Amino acid sequence: MIGIVNYGAGNIFSLTAALERLDIQYGMINTEADFDQYTHIIIPGVGHAGAAMKKLNDTGLVNAIRALKKPVLGICVGMQLLTAHSEEGDAALLNIIPVNTKLFDKELGIKIPHMGWNNVDTKNNLLFHGVENSAQFYFVHSYFIEYNPTFDIAAVNYGAPFSAAIQRDNFFGVQFHPEKSGAAGEQLLRNFSNLKQ
Amino acid sequence: MLSKRIIPCLDVKDGRTVKGVNFVDLKDAGDPVELAWQYAQQGADELVFLDITATNERRKTMIEMVKAVARQLNIPFTIGGGITSIADAEALLNAGADKISINSAAVKDPTLIETLAKAFGVQFVVVAVDTKAVAEGNRVHLNGGRVMTALDTATWIKQAEELGAGEILLTSMDHDGTKQGFDLLLLDQISKSINIPVIASGGAGKIEHFTDVFLKTGVDAALAASVFHFGEIPIPVLKQELKKYNIPVRL
Repeated sequence: MIGIVNYGAGNIFSLTAALERLDIQYGMINTEADFDQYTHIIIPGVGHAGAAMKKLNDTGLVNAIRALKKPVLGICVGMQLLTAHSEEGDAALLNIIPVNTKLFDKELGIKIPHMGWNNVDTKNNLLFHGVENSAQFYFVHSYFIEYNPTFDIAAVNYGAPFSAAIQRDNFFGVQFHPEKSGAAGEQLLRNFSNLKQ
Repeated sequence: MLSKRIIPCLDVKDGRTVKGVNFVDLKDAGDPVELAWQYAQQGADELVFLDITATNERRKTMIEMVKAVARQLNIPFTIGGGITSIADAEALLNAGADKISINSAAVKDPTLIETLAKAFGVQFVVVAVDTKAVAEGNRVHLNGGRVMTALDTATWIKQAEELGAGEILLTSMDHDGTKQGFDLLLLDQISKSINIPVIASGGAGKIEHFTDVFLKTGVDAALAASVFHFGEIPIPVLKQELKKYNIPVRL
């Protein structure tokens, strides 16, 4: 069963609705003890990374998250929280995956936010099992995670290549919104829920 | 590569979609959930629901509809119509809307854009602009084009961007309903003058109008209503045609 870290970072209705459509059971994590009830953990997030980190700190759950050995999936800002630092609010983040979150450079002639469906080049990773390479996922964000070959499990190009998905051990992050990414997104959520502990 | 988006727009009144819709296999053409699902299956990239309800009960009905859509839909959607406050916006966000679209309320009080962007992020705030060409140039209009304002369209859009709009939905009232094609000149000028995405609206009648708008302007998405509702342009056919012109689309 999936536990969703409930730290008040925006709306999670669409995420829970997607899990319900897929018949994946879930519950909310409000205290450290709640982590024990779940096999897989999702860290959602929309909005401002610095503000989200502050909210996460306020829950007192940060050390418990860092110590997790179960599969963890950060979505959008939830993914950015796993990184070391974000230029959004010049915020120190969880630093579980030592890469940085940066603002898109409008000098590259791109519109910001990066909004819409973009092709994702996936590496051979269980999270993308059954998802065809170059499938499209729905993105909406102004900050991105720098490409790092060690942690990147899927890349996307917008002005320049960046990480659409990252992994370090049991920690996974996706910049796009699987709950809004049609069949490909649903397959990814199913894959995550099937990851072995 | 980032795809150009195709966005059907649905008018909603009292929680039901209006305007004739003639999909085959549709049990209830007035049911926004069934219609939304049908469009998602066809390959729509996003949906816009425009609430035209005028009753006091509208907010409650709308929230229920938004929740029902969010439960079923696996693509993003925007809600517009009658949003005037942060409370309206928050209720829609919590019901599962990905974006809200504001129009008259933003013209009356531009700080609303800033307030909403700060509270929910720029990605949540679409500013819809209805424009019409008059002797002095393009002017922002309200109430579906009936009320002219003194605002120059390009100036207003630039201001909306600076205040925190995440996207502009630009409807040319001169082209809307004509089925003679999008306002290519204006759309190109606007999309190149700002650094946020632009959705083209008004005038779609044929497939080539969509190819034109993507080949000849810098817009990021195209919105239409009747050509999709009446099945005049099936979305899969449209996308295949766009692809022939090397316009990036999601198939």
